Amino acid sequence: MLKDQDRIFTNLYGMHDRTLAGAKKRGHWDGTAGLIALGRDKIIEIMKASGLRGRGGAGFPTGLKWSFMPKQSDGRPAYLVINADESEPGTCKDREIMRHDPHTLIEGALIASFAMNANACYIYIRGEYIREREALQAAIDECYEDGLIGKNAAKSGFDFDLYLHHGAGAYICGEETALLESLEGKKGMPRMKPPFPAGSGLYGCPTTVNNVESIAVVPTILRRGAEWFAGFGRPNNAGTKLFGISGHVNNPCVVEEVMSITLRELLETHCGGVRGGWKNIKAVIPGGSSVPMLNAAQCEDAIMDFDWLREQRSGLGTAAVIVMDQSTDVIKAIWRLSKFYKHESCGQCTPCREGTGWMMRVMDRLVKGEAEVEEIDMLLSVTKQVEGHTICALGDAAAWPIQGLVRHFRDEIEDRIKAKKTGRISAIAAE
Amino acid sequence: MKDFIIPDRDFGTPAAKSKQLVTLTIDGFDVTVPEGTSIMRAAAEAGISVPKLCATDSVDAFGSCRLCLVEIEGRNGTPASCTTPVAPGLKVHTQNAKLKQLRRGVMELYISDHPLDCLTCSANGDCELQDMAGAVGLRDVRYEAVQTHFKAKDNSGHINPSYIPRDDSNPYFSYDPQKCIVCSRCVRACEEVQGTFALTIEGRGFDSRVSFGAKTDTALTSDCVSCGACVAACPTATLQEKSIIEIGTPSHSVITTCAYCGVGCSFKAEMRGDELVRMTPYKHGKANRGHSCVKGRFAYGYASHKDRILSPMIRDSINDAWKEVSWDEAMAFTANRMKGIIDKHGRHSVGVITSSRCTNEEAYLVQKLTRAVFMNNNTDTCARVCHSPTGYGLGQTLGTSAGTQDFDSVEQTDVVIIIGANPTDGHPVFASRLKKRLRKGAKLIVVDPRRTDIVESPHIKAQHHLALTPGTNVAIVTALAHTIVTEGLFDEAFIRERCDWDEFQDYAEFVSQPQNSPEAVQLLTGVAAEEVRAAARLYALGGNGSIYYGLGVTEHSQGSTTVIGIANLAMMTGNIGRPGVGVNPLRGQNNVQGSCDMGSFPHELPGYRHVKGQAVRDIFEKIWGVKIDDEPGLRIPNMLDAAVEGTFKGLYCQGEDILQSDPDTKHVAAGLAAMDCVIVHDLFLNETANYAHVFLPGSTFLEKDGTFTNAERRINRVRKVMAPRNGYADWEVTQLLANAMGAGWTYTHPSQIMDEIAMTTPSFAGVNYEMLEVKGSVQWPCNEASPDGTPLMHVDGFVRGKGKFINTEYVATDEKTGPRFPLLLTTGRILSQYNVGAQTRRTSNVVWHDQDVLEIHPHDADNRGIKEGSWVRLASRAGETSLRATITDRVNPGVVYTTFHHPDTQANVITTDFSDWATNCPEYKVTAVQVAPSNGPSEWQEGYSAHAALSRRIAAAE
Repeated sequence: MLKDQDRIFTNLYGMHDRTLAGAKKRGHWDGTAGLIALGRDKIIEIMKASGLRGRGGAGFPTGLKWSFMPKQSDGRPAYLVINADESEPGTCKDREIMRHDPHTLIEGALIASFAMNANACYIYIRGEYIREREALQAAIDECYEDGLIGKNAAKSGFDFDLYLHHGAGAYICGEETALLESLEGKKGMPRMKPPFPAGSGLYGCPTTVNNVESIAVVPTILRRGAEWFAGFGRPNNAGTKLFGISGHVNNPCVVEEVMSITLRELLETHCGGVRGGWKNIKAVIPGGSSVPMLNAAQCEDAIMDFDWLREQRSGLGTAAVIVMDQSTDVIKAIWRLSKFYKHESCGQCTPCREGTGWMMRVMDRLVKGEAEVEEIDMLLSVTKQVEGHTICALGDAAAWPIQGLVRHFRDEIEDRIKAKKTGRISAIAAE
Repeated sequence: MKDFIIPDRDFGTPAAKSKQLVTLTIDGFDVTVPEGTSIMRAAAEAGISVPKLCATDSVDAFGSCRLCLVEIEGRNGTPASCTTPVAPGLKVHTQNAKLKQLRRGVMELYISDHPLDCLTCSANGDCELQDMAGAVGLRDVRYEAVQTHFKAKDNSGHINPSYIPRDDSNPYFSYDPQKCIVCSRCVRACEEVQGTFALTIEGRGFDSRVSFGAKTDTALTSDCVSCGACVAACPTATLQEKSIIEIGTPSHSVITTCAYCGVGCSFKAEMRGDELVRMTPYKHGKANRGHSCVKGRFAYGYASHKDRILSPMIRDSINDAWKEVSWDEAMAFTANRMKGIIDKHGRHSVGVITSSRCTNEEAYLVQKLTRAVFMNNNTDTCARVCHSPTGYGLGQTLGTSAGTQDFDSVEQTDVVIIIGANPTDGHPVFASRLKKRLRKGAKLIVVDPRRTDIVESPHIKAQHHLALTPGTNVAIVTALAHTIVTEGLFDEAFIRERCDWDEFQDYAEFVSQPQNSPEAVQLLTGVAAEEVRAAARLYALGGNGSIYYGLGVTEHSQGSTTVIGIANLAMMTGNIGRPGVGVNPLRGQNNVQGSCDMGSFPHELPGYRHVKGQAVRDIFEKIWGVKIDDEPGLRIPNMLDAAVEGTFKGLYCQGEDILQSDPDTKHVAAGLAAMDCVIVHDLFLNETANYAHVFLPGSTFLEKDGTFTNAERRINRVRKVMAPRNGYADWEVTQLLANAMGAGWTYTHPSQIMDEIAMTTPSFAGVNYEMLEVKGSVQWPCNEASPDGTPLMHVDGFVRGKGKFINTEYVATDEKTGPRFPLLLTTGRILSQYNVGAQTRRTSNVVWHDQDVLEIHPHDADNRGIKEGSWVRLASRAGETSLRATITDRVNPGVVYTTFHHPDTQANVITTDFSDWATNCPEYKVTAVQVAPSNGPSEWQEGYSAHAALSRRIAAAE
C-alpha cells in the first residue's frame, strides 16, 4: 500500500484547504522557478527517466511524447493541450484532481508547457463538469493574481497563459484530434493521422495533448526525482496511479496507489472488498468502459498495470475499475456500453456509424435471448469489421467490450438464447 | 500502363502540386507520381481503381468510408489509401483476401440501411454505391433492416422518426435523404469547391444527416446558391438533377463552353438523342476547373422555352403585327430594304451591332458585313456599354486591351483588390476560386459602395472595405497611389526596368499633391483616410498583389481614367508579369472579349488595329476583295443620335437588346423608332424587337460550332450538340443576309472563318480548330512566338514596350445630387439572373429573383416612410419607374441600388446619357435619384408594357 508521504495528490478528497494558500502549504508551487531553471532538455530527460506513461489510457511514455515537439520554432507557436474531457464511463479520476487539487495540474501545465516551448496551454474540460470548471477556473485566476502564471510566470522569466475551454458534452471530443477540432470551434470529428499533432496540431501548430493526471504528476516527479517515481510498480509500469473503483464493492472510491498493485489488494484495502465477498466476483472491467472485461478466474491474480492487463487481452486504460458481482447481467451491462458508443459515434467513418448501431441492436436481442446462436458470430464479425478500421479509436472502444463479453461469457449468451427457445434454463445459467 | 484511362474519370483525391517525384509499387507495378499524391490517386493513375465512396478528386480526402483500405508492406494495419500519401519504395497491395473481406463488410453495413429499389432509382446506372457493391462482390446482406433511415414507417407500423421526406424545393435538383450514405462529399464540395457552407452534417453517429442550414430550412430557403457542386459530388441518387429524374441517364456527351458570363466555364452537355439531359462542369476546363454556377449548370431551359421564335418574321411598319415568312422571303425583304436605304441615304446610313453573346466567328462575320458589304465602319458591340474603357485604359498603359492573367493565377495571389465588381453574383465560379484562396490566407480589399457578399461571407472577411460614394473611383485610386508614392512603397527597380522612370516621376509628382491625399479626398469619397492608407500599404507590401475589377470601374464618366489608375497601381508596385499578380477585368458576357478582339469597334479592325492604318486595311482588302472605309464609323450612341437626326436608317442588331440594356431608354426608343429597317437577330422577341421590321430567329450556343473568348483571353470551343431549332446557326444567317446583299460568301463551317481570322490577325495566327481539339483551349496571343498561347501577359516586358504612367485627375461627374434628387442610384446584377434576363427569366431561376427591387438604407427608407416590400417611385432627371423596395444596410445612407434584369422595371429609364470621356461607355453606376412611396407601376411602365404586347403580335398563318 502506498505510504501517505508518497502521495502526489494530497487533497484528493477535498478535505483540506483547496485554495492556493492551502496548496502551497502542502508543498505545491514550491520553487517552481527552480524546476523551470533545470531547462527543457533536463526536464524531458527526468520525465523519460521517471517512466511515466500517459494516464489517459493509451499509456504512451510521456517524456518521449514531449521530445517529439520541435526543439526550434519555425515561426509557429507550440501548444500544450490538456485533455480534461473525461467522459469514459466509469472514469472519474481527473475530476477529483480538478475540483480538489487543481494546483497540481496548473503547476504541471506551466512546467510541461515550458518543456515544450509552449507559451500557451489549453485545458479542454468535459461539458458536464460544471463545478469542476468553476473550481479549476478559480484556481487559475488565483495563480494569475499571484503571478504564478501569466507574464514571467512564477518569476521564471517564462511567459505563460493558461486557458480553460469548456466542451459541450460529446465523448468523441476526448479523442485528441477531435478535441483539437472542437477547440478550434469546429465539429468534434477526429483528424487523419499523419500529420500527428506534434507536427501540426491546434491551428496547424506543433501541439502535445496530455491527460490531466499525466500533467498533474509532473511537478512532484521533478521535485522528488525520477528514481523515486520509477521506484513504484513493475518495470515499464512505473509510478503511482489514480484508480477509480466503481460497481459492486462496498466503498467505491478514487484512490492513489502504486502501479502493479494486485486487483484484490486494491479492492480489499480501499473499497472494503467486493460486495458479498471476493468469491462473489463475476467480472471486472479494469480500465474504463472500452477495455475488454476480465472474468473471475483472471481476477484472482490480476495485476493492475499496463503490461499484465495487455497480456490478458484487456488493458489498464484509465484505471477505472468497474466491478461486477454474481448478480450482474453481464450481457445487459455490455449492451448498455454498446448503446453508449452508438450514441457517441461521431458518424464520420462508416464502420463505426453503421456498425455501432448494429452491435447495439444485436446486443439488444442477446439481452432478451431473442436471437439465433449464429448471431453471436455475426456480432463478433461486425466488431472485427469495426476494430482497427476507423480513423480514431472509438470504433475499437465500441468493439472491445463485446469481444470481451463473448470471450468470457459465450455460454451465458447461448444459454439465454436456448432458454428463450425452449423455456428451460440450463444448470450454468441457473447457478 | 495497363489499359486505356478515361481522361475525366475520378482519381479520388486532388492532384499534388509538388515537382518532386516519388516511385512506389502498387500491386507489383511501379508508379511514379508527385510527392504528396495519395496512394489512391497514384493507383488510379496507374489504372488501378481502389474501391471508394467518400473520395472524389474535387475535394480533399476525408477517409470516412473505409472502402479504400490497402495493405502496405512493413506497415501496421490497413490504412485508407485516400488519406495516406505515397512514399518512395512503398509496396502497396490493393486487393487480397483480408481487404476483400473488409470491403464487403463495409458495403454490407451501407446496404443494410439503403432502400434496394435500384431498378427504379433515378441514379440507376450512374450510382457509385451500386458500382461499389458490384466491385466488392457483395452477394448477401446478413443484417436485417430494423432501424433505418429509408422506411417511412418502422417494422411495427409506427412512424419512423429517422425518416426525412424528399426535399424538392430547389427547382433543379432534389434532395432525397433516404438514399443518403453520409459520405459528406456534398458538404465538402459546398465548403471547399463553392465556399458557401450551406450544407452541413447534422447530428452524430447513426443520426448524422445531411442538412441544408438549420433543421427548418429547405434547399431553397437555405444559403444554397444552387451551384450544383453537391449534386456533382453525390455518389448516389440523394442529390440529383430533376432532369435526370424526368428523362433518365444521358447516353453521350459533348464538351462545350457556357454562354453566360465572362468566366467561360467548360461544360459537358450530356445528351440522350438530341435532348439535353444535363450540363455538368468539365473537370479539365481551364477556367472553371470542374466548377459551375446556377446559370451555366441549370439555366439552359430557355433554349426550349415556348417564347422562342423559330421562324423569320417581317413587317412593314412597327405598328403592324408580325408575319411569319420563309427564310428566303425574309432575306429578300431585308436585303431589299437595306439596299433601298443605302441607295437613298448613302452607305453611311446603315450599321451593325455585333453580339458579345455570339461566337467569335459570328462577331467577325457581322463586322465584315458592314465593312465589306455595307462598305462603312458603323459597327459597335455591347462592350461599348461595359468594358470599352478597359480596352482603352489597358491599351494605353500596358499595350493590350485585355486582362493580364489566367484564372489559375488567383491560386498564387496574396493580396486581392476587388474594385467595382461583385464576383459572387456576377462571376460566381471565379469567386469560388478566389474564396478558396482567401480561406487559405490571402488578404482582401474591396472597393465598392455596397457591402457585397465577398466583403463578408462564411470564413471570408475583407481586411478593408472602402465603401466609397458612387462616382469617386478616381479619387480613391489616386489616393491609394498617393499613399504608395509618399510613403515610398513603390517598387523602384521594377519601374526603372519596365517603365519610363521620367514618366513615373511626373506621375509621382502629380499624385503626391496634397489634394490627392486620402485625407483630402475623404470628404468626397466618404472613406476614412486611414482605411485607404492601410489598404495601400497592404497592397504594396503584402506579397503578390492582384486587382480584379468590373463594371463598377468602367461604367462611369471617368471609367477610362480609373482603368488607367488601376494599371498605374499595378505597375508602380511591380505587380505585373508573374503568376498571382496583374490587372484583371472581369468581363460581363461570355464573349465580350472575343467580340472586341474581332474588330467590332467602329475604329478598329480585328486585333485592335486602327482603321486609319493603310497596312492593316491592305490585309483585309486583299482577302475580302473590297476597299475598306478609312474613317471610323459610328458608336451605338452616335447611331441613335444620328437616327433621331434622320441620317441613320438601318440597323442589323445581332443578339443584343439595346433598348433594355442601354442607358436612357426613351432616347434609345426614339432612335429605333426613327429607323426604316431594324433587323433584330435574337432568340426571343426582345425589347428592341418592339421597334424592329425584321426578326431573324437566332440559335443558342447548343446549336452551333464556334469559339468564345473569356475574360482571361482563353479561346474555348463551342460545340454543336443539337441541330439549330430555327434551321440555321447564327453565322449562317449572317451569311444568308450578306449573300442576299450580293456578297457571295461561301463559308461552310466556322472553322473556315477562324482560319480567315488567323490569317489576318497576328494574335490569333496560331489558332485553328484542329489545335483547339488537341489543346482544349488556348489564350491569345497564340502565334509563332507563343504556339501554346499566353497564360500571362507582359512577363518580360510590356506589349507596348515601356509601361506608361498617365495622370489620373479626378473630375466629378456632371450627374450630381441636389435637393430634387438627393440619392445616388447604382446598378448591378444578381447571381440567379443574367443581364437583361432574356434567358434567365425564361428559366426556373426566377424563383430566386422574380422582380427587380430597390435596395435602400433604413435611414433613407425611414425618412420617406418606406416599408419593406412596398412600391416606390424611383425618379431621376431622365425618367421614372416604380418597383418594390427592400431595406438593407448593405448600401450606405444616400445610396440606393437595383438590378436591371426585368424589362417591366426598366431601370435604364432612370439612367442618364452621361458617358465615359474616352469611349462613351455610359455612366450606369451613378444617377442622382429621388425615391418616394408609390401605388404601383408608373404610367410609363403600363404604357410600355401595353406597347410591347401590341408590337409582339404575330399574325395567324393564312
